[in-house]
Amino acid sequence: MTRFLRPLLVLIGFMLLSPSTFAETPFPTVHEPSDESLKCIQPEDEMRRNHMNYILHERDETMHEGVRNEPGSLAACIDCHVEPNANGEIAGIDSEEHFCNACHEYASVQIDCFQCHADRPQKFIIRNDSSAAIKQQLLQTLAAENNSASNNSSEGVNE
Amino acid sequence: MSKIEYTSVEGKSLPYFALLGGLAVVMLLAIASVFYMEHEGHYVTGMTNQIVWGMPHVFAIFLIVAASGALNVASIASVFRKKIYEPMARLSALLALALLTGGLVVLLLDLGRPDRLIIAMTYYNFKSIFAWNIILYTGFFGFVGAYLWTMMDHNVYKFKPYAGFFAFVWRLILTTGTGSIFGFLVARSAYDAALMAPMFIIMSFSFGLAIFLLVLMASYKWTNMELGDVVVNRLRNLLGVFVAAVLYFTAVYHVTNLYATQHHEVEKFLLLEGGVFTNIFWVGEILIGGIIPLILIYAPGVKNCRKTLGLICTMIIIGGFSKIYTILIAGQAYPLEIFPGYEVSSSFYDGVVNSYSPSLPEILLGLGGIAMTLFIVVFALKVLRFLPASLADSVVDPHAK
Amino acid sequence: MFDSKDTAPAKIDFFNLDADADNVNISRRDFLSKTAVAGTVAIAPGVLLHSTSASASGNTSTKASGEEVSSKNRWGMLIDTAKCADGCTGCVDACNEENGLVGHDRPATDTQYIRKVTLKEKSTGHELSLPLMCQHCETAPCADVCPTGASFVRADGIALVDKHICIGCRYCMMACPYKARSFVHENVDSQKLTAPRGKGTVESCTMCVTRVDNGGIPACVEACTEDNHNAMIFGDLNNPESDISIALKARGGKQLRPDLRLNTGVRYQGL
Repeated sequence: MTRFLRPLLVLIGFMLLSPSTFAETPFPTVHEPSDESLKCIQPEDEMRRNHMNYILHERDETMHEGVRNEPGSLAACIDCHVEPNANGEIAGIDSEEHFCNACHEYASVQIDCFQCHADRPQKFIIRNDSSAAIKQQLLQTLAAENNSASNNSSEGVNE
Repeated sequence: MSKIEYTSVEGKSLPYFALLGGLAVVMLLAIASVFYMEHEGHYVTGMTNQIVWGMPHVFAIFLIVAASGALNVASIASVFRKKIYEPMARLSALLALALLTGGLVVLLLDLGRPDRLIIAMTYYNFKSIFAWNIILYTGFFGFVGAYLWTMMDHNVYKFKPYAGFFAFVWRLILTTGTGSIFGFLVARSAYDAALMAPMFIIMSFSFGLAIFLLVLMASYKWTNMELGDVVVNRLRNLLGVFVAAVLYFTAVYHVTNLYATQHHEVEKFLLLEGGVFTNIFWVGEILIGGIIPLILIYAPGVKNCRKTLGLICTMIIIGGFSKIYTILIAGQAYPLEIFPGYEVSSSFYDGVVNSYSPSLPEILLGLGGIAMTLFIVVFALKVLRFLPASLADSVVDPHAK
Repeated sequence: MFDSKDTAPAKIDFFNLDADADNVNISRRDFLSKTAVAGTVAIAPGVLLHSTSASASGNTSTKASGEEVSSKNRWGMLIDTAKCADGCTGCVDACNEENGLVGHDRPATDTQYIRKVTLKEKSTGHELSLPLMCQHCETAPCADVCPTGASFVRADGIALVDKHICIGCRYCMMACPYKARSFVHENVDSQKLTAPRGKGTVESCTMCVTRVDNGGIPACVEACTEDNHNAMIFGDLNNPESDISIALKARGGKQLRPDLRLNTGVRYQGL
């Protein structure tokens, strides 16, 4: 056993001396929902630690029992948390600014929810194959939501 | 009978490393194909919504079926107490494990979501024969691994008959399960037959033994060790029985279908009008895989010729691939009979014979599975003692003339 | 910044951006009063406000949002092939739009939940056409063979794929007698909110389960009804007063491949 002690101490020494020990990877900036009167289904600490349990539970209930439109549904999370930024741009899942991806990329925990699920509220997704009429309606809806008459129409921005 | 002395391959020569290197290159190509298919999506392969399972599955099913059959030699030694096969039992079990590994790797890497393997191991729908197969494959590794252990570790040698018995029963259930993957499909005219399960069992006997014989002969030839005719001829005769049995099952399958008017259309397709499928059936499966090997096995002139036996085994393997190709691909190419009595057409390939052209990534993946099997065997032969030092006639059966 | 949210926790209005923008000029109230979903009034595209008489007649689901589905309902569809026009693909187009299905000019691998099939009876020469989709069998072979249980039939009869646990083995595609299932052969993005779909999993017609759970009807049925073909009826097979049950009782309805005894939820008349 003792013959491992020296190499082990050397290893620990290197680790302590390495830059990453003292440097801090900046904690991601998480986009706060614009409407501050809205509350999440659980307090922030609980959600930060255990949000996956709520999502997993919800998904089985929705999938197999048909329980929909609950406040804890994935769509509700996204509707609240994924919003355009000050420039009117909205991030897709590949972007560091996306609400889910910001922390998941920081924590290096890969999620595959958005391989299937829409990563933004539906109104922010303009599909290339949508007919002209639908695109028109989308833009009209967005313009109506945005009180200003300027060209703040949102288009899906994938980084 | 004198104690069998086992040896390992020295494995330091250039040809040995060249062989390992070549197999590794094929495996790397297969990995590259997998990355390509998984990254782009399966549209880059020849598999479609019509031909759902393709070349990877042909290779995978062949390897998995052969795996259970390769265990035969060991089972005959341990379960049926034929002492003459006992020296070869270790190689038999090793080959079985290697073949199953190669087959499973191909199967799993072709999944749409291979990253979800852990889900396949933890979520089970026990009504699905596929789910049972997953359990059976895992158990095969366990049982045959234990069996091999009893063969090689003197301390547990006394458990060998029990381990051998359980491994034998397990592999019969496993191959029944593999055949039932097709036998349980009510939807397709070419499947949905109780005969599929026993036919797969007999296929496993034939293909497994052919591969075993090839590996056996190659191992002894390339290491200049003695392999006597007694052992080879016994295995050869056994192979003849199995090839004949496969032909018999094939005949029963088609004759039974031909009796039922309901199945006339699909039989006409398989046997006459299927184009490439019909050709592969008659030439590949029946002629090359059945009739010519049978003639050669029992022809008096070539009885002791190893080269001919190597050719026979190769032909049986080609016939095996042809058989599985016919079962798998032709079975999917024939359209589903959703509206009996109607001519059907749609935008979704209803009512038409589906075509399939295998793509390079699929073939590379399948070849990678074979390469993995052979790599495991070649490497294992160097690491542990699987081969009897001599299988000369005088050693194997002192009473043989 | 957009600040137009409701103060209540977001109840998702799934039908905010329905595909039927092209039908905007047609008065929905006039339409619907003449069709099988009488008793319902549209308040927005795709959202039907159903009166108690419609709910009692079992034409749509009346379950509350948080309520679980049960086997007291059995959702089904009835297709009258006599009213199905050859060459019309209204149901197919509506389905593609509702579920965000994109064609890549690769018909062999592109997904189709529903397709129009043209039939010609060999012995008589009689020709007809019909839409063919997942038949939502009671004892579905796809559900039997799925190794992980991802393919399943819900308590109320709708056959679904739980894509969270689908491993993409495609065994259900081998097993389906109606070739209803498609495999996603390429990367997908910009999915519809109510139709999650991704590469490497298997998918098929869901009978627009999100619409159904929210009290609506499938997009294909809605399109066929709005175009006044009325070849498709949706409703509760377990409810003898629903329009579909009344129609079935009056003129019968055939299953496809009845020999398989799968007890499908989709029935056809005129076959």
